[in-house]
Amino acid sequence: MADRILEVQDLAVSFRTDEGIVQAVDGVSFQLEAGEVLAIVGESGCGKSVTAMTILGLTRSPNARFEGVIHYKGTELVAATDEELQRIRGAEIAMIFQDPMTSLNPVMKIGDQIMEQIQEHEGIRDAEARDRVIDLLDRVGIPRAQDRVDSYPFEFSGGMRQRVMIAMALSCNPSVLIADEPTTALDVTIQAQIVQRIRELRDETGAAVILVTHDLGVVADIADRITVMYAGRVVEEGTLDDIFYDPQHPYTWGLLGSITRVDRPRPDRLPAIAGLPPSLADRPEGCHFRPRCPHEFSECTKVPPLDPRIPGEPHHRDRCWLSVEEKRELREIGPGEIGLAGEEGAAA
Amino acid sequence: MATEPATEFTFEGPVAFEEEAKRERVAGLGPWALALRRLRRNKTALAFGALFLVIAGLCLAAPYWANHVAHSDPYKNHLTDTVTVGGKKKDVVKPNGVPIGPTWRGRFLLGADSNGRDIAVRLLYGGRTSLLIGVGAALSTALLSVVFGVVAGYFRGFTDALVSRSLDLIWSFPVILLGVALGTALALGGLKIGPIEIQGDSKLIPILIIAVVYVPYMARPIRGQVLALREKEFVEAARAQGAGPLRIMFTEILPNLSSTIVVFLPLMIANAILLEAALSFLGAGVRPPNPSWGTMIGDGVEKIVTGPHLAVVPGLMLVLTVLALNVFGDGVRDALDPRAKLHLEH
Amino acid sequence: MARFVLRRVVGMVAVLFAISVFTFLIFNVIPNGDPALRIAGRHPTRGQLETIRSQWGFDKPIYVQYGKTMEKVFTGDLVSYSTQLDVDQEIINDIPRTFCLAIGAAIMWMVLATVLGLYTAVKAGKFSDRFLTVLALIGISMPVFWVGALMNYYLGFKWKIFPNGGYVPLTRDPAQWAYHLILPWTALSLLFIGVYSRILRSNVLDTINDDYVRTARAKGLSERQVMLRHVLRNSLIPIISLWGLDFGAVLGGGAILTETVFDLQGVGQYAAESIGQLDVPPVLAITMFGAFFIVVLNTVVDIIYAALDPRIRLT
Repeated sequence: MADRILEVQDLAVSFRTDEGIVQAVDGVSFQLEAGEVLAIVGESGCGKSVTAMTILGLTRSPNARFEGVIHYKGTELVAATDEELQRIRGAEIAMIFQDPMTSLNPVMKIGDQIMEQIQEHEGIRDAEARDRVIDLLDRVGIPRAQDRVDSYPFEFSGGMRQRVMIAMALSCNPSVLIADEPTTALDVTIQAQIVQRIRELRDETGAAVILVTHDLGVVADIADRITVMYAGRVVEEGTLDDIFYDPQHPYTWGLLGSITRVDRPRPDRLPAIAGLPPSLADRPEGCHFRPRCPHEFSECTKVPPLDPRIPGEPHHRDRCWLSVEEKRELREIGPGEIGLAGEEGAAA
Repeated sequence: MATEPATEFTFEGPVAFEEEAKRERVAGLGPWALALRRLRRNKTALAFGALFLVIAGLCLAAPYWANHVAHSDPYKNHLTDTVTVGGKKKDVVKPNGVPIGPTWRGRFLLGADSNGRDIAVRLLYGGRTSLLIGVGAALSTALLSVVFGVVAGYFRGFTDALVSRSLDLIWSFPVILLGVALGTALALGGLKIGPIEIQGDSKLIPILIIAVVYVPYMARPIRGQVLALREKEFVEAARAQGAGPLRIMFTEILPNLSSTIVVFLPLMIANAILLEAALSFLGAGVRPPNPSWGTMIGDGVEKIVTGPHLAVVPGLMLVLTVLALNVFGDGVRDALDPRAKLHLEH
Repeated sequence: MARFVLRRVVGMVAVLFAISVFTFLIFNVIPNGDPALRIAGRHPTRGQLETIRSQWGFDKPIYVQYGKTMEKVFTGDLVSYSTQLDVDQEIINDIPRTFCLAIGAAIMWMVLATVLGLYTAVKAGKFSDRFLTVLALIGISMPVFWVGALMNYYLGFKWKIFPNGGYVPLTRDPAQWAYHLILPWTALSLLFIGVYSRILRSNVLDTINDDYVRTARAKGLSERQVMLRHVLRNSLIPIISLWGLDFGAVLGGGAILTETVFDLQGVGQYAAESIGQLDVPPVLAITMFGAFFIVVLNTVVDIIYAALDPRIRLT
């Protein structure tokens, strides 16, 4: 029985801006078991990055307000002190970011940047740290690690830089790796390699991974469980199979429907969900997805709770008032095809 | 949010929120209108801009003050005169050489200098000279910088190499030293370029010297911008339409430089005024007995033991004017591009 | 790195040559009038003018004039006709004073600007930031010679807290040397502190939002380490090159105003006095050497900058 190492409960994050209060995260809860890969999926602005960064306290600022709790191995993170956070960052929970070019200090050798992290948490001798760095670079697939350890970030390609970031993140053997859109800034061909590498390292080290992305295609490969977010809320969560084969929320249908499939005839137009996500300073009452949902009805002005609605599947939860039967019917917009009705080019 | 001046509170939140907020803003205001709106909200900048205008206005009104209030002129010395202050009669310049301090009256409002001249009158006339030279030099610098910067950036190759090396050459000299060198060299005989002859004591000489000395500081950033601009799609489109280089420079490139120029101008004027003061102080700028703030400070410093007001008064005027330009210029820069990285290279 | 250094040095030599030509043109060709008359200073005799004409080659073609001028400057044969002093020798005597003024001011302004810039960046938007920014702006707006003169007058002459100008060599009495230089250092620094603190503040504010700073925090470094090792260090790099340029400029002649006001008898003051007399030979020599020095220093700064920021080595 795997144990729960990270638990987020009713996390809410808001920012004070010129345009008013922006509610970035609006009551998000999820758990992470040791060694599993949890994918948080959603479009830009849905709050998934803020959620991920808040775990490490990276969103703390004078304009930010937090509610809810995050438990990690007995420590509560939302209200944790700076010292507690510094102890956990890098050593227990590590994070890699979207753009590896700007995420590495351009005037510092990459070896030094990794050693800095190791020395901060473990204080071992320089020579020993250096050896460990070379070993790490080797493991993430950087050729000639011995020489490259003294190179600067600009001397690497994008994919290589991301591998350096991964090496740095794993340098202190964390229990959790948070990857915030790690492949978005990379070529498609490199994306697959990086995702592969992350999975291999998870297998080797046993670290749990939180993968934040807007790309369901990337997720299909390595995720154990998926959490779908929309406009600051979790709208559906379940196992990989649950989400891909039995999606319960219209937004999830939209996401799935908008993936262009190689095994189908080419549509006239790329399928997309009509409308725009709401401004986070001014959201619709009730279900946030209501304005864009072709299946909305009178109940939708009340906020649907995140509950398991399929008998016998307590871990598959969603926020949609429709009955399970209605959902299974409405999502079929073509023979064996899942999507959101009204999407353009849904059926060729 | 992305449009607030850098000195307001910094918002730290994920990038997605900036995108959200930007989408909320009403589209449709052109960049100049937006900039004007931002500038209008910056009360400090506006106040200092008004201050500069007031000072300039006062200087323009110099003859009025001289004739109707002080009853003097910038060259008339009242060495042997006396003036009544608060009922008592005082020497304008005492026998031991100490001139009268500020009387806060119409005559000798700010006191007299060691030659018995009315400081307030000289201050205003001197201001005309200093401002004329400052603004004239700044405009000349702008003109020359745009010409050289655009030509070098647009045509590149040999033209660029020639212009850039020449600019580098000027830039190698410390500003004051070059100004002083030119000032000294041109002082005696003046300047002769072909048929045009300029006298050694003409005001055009300092204007020209200051303009030339500052050209590299403005031309280089402009050249950099032009290099980037010429690769943009709209320039390519214009070329494809058959537009010649001159037309492209005027219709495509120049308008895009206008915000840079507008940002540079107040700061240029401020620096030109300061440089003129420095040159005149050393004797390589405006020649005596013509008043300028620089020569007045020079005289004042020399005779400072007889009365600090001699140096303090013109200096304060200078500082206020330059400060006004600096604050206003800062406001203009924040209004046009709150994330501007274009600084006047020092 | 070696190739970069070579490229820079070769370029430097070319520029030095161009400077010598340009300086020559400024003094002997561009201005209107008789060059011999210019060089001769005030009230020359007919005989003096003739001697000057032949010695400087004003009756010969331009390139000969150039040659003779350079020869005079570099062989120490340059004499001021007004003061009858050997120009090069005077310059050599005065250099240590100018150097002491420049280096002391440069260190002072760098340290204070760093502190001020970092502080105002950290407190950005708050009252202390606005207040100090206003002070910095005032500092930029004040002419250094005016500030210096007033400081000298009030603090030196009137209230006698500091000496009333003058210079004491370091070798003679270090304490007095420093005591005499404090006011000049301060006056000279004020302008630069204003400029540099604002640039540093701007750099720090930009850098603080950079992604790699976020990464540094995510690694578990303390806020202090993040600020010093990543933010400050990266913010200072562009400033180092500016500092080198300005230090060179001050040393190369920018100190002229401060020296004059405080009567330090440095190279700058020598130039100022020569200008007042319209004595050309010293001004010519000082201008050229000043520019030379700056170019050499710029090259050194370029090389140091490339050592600090490896991306530059590709240029």
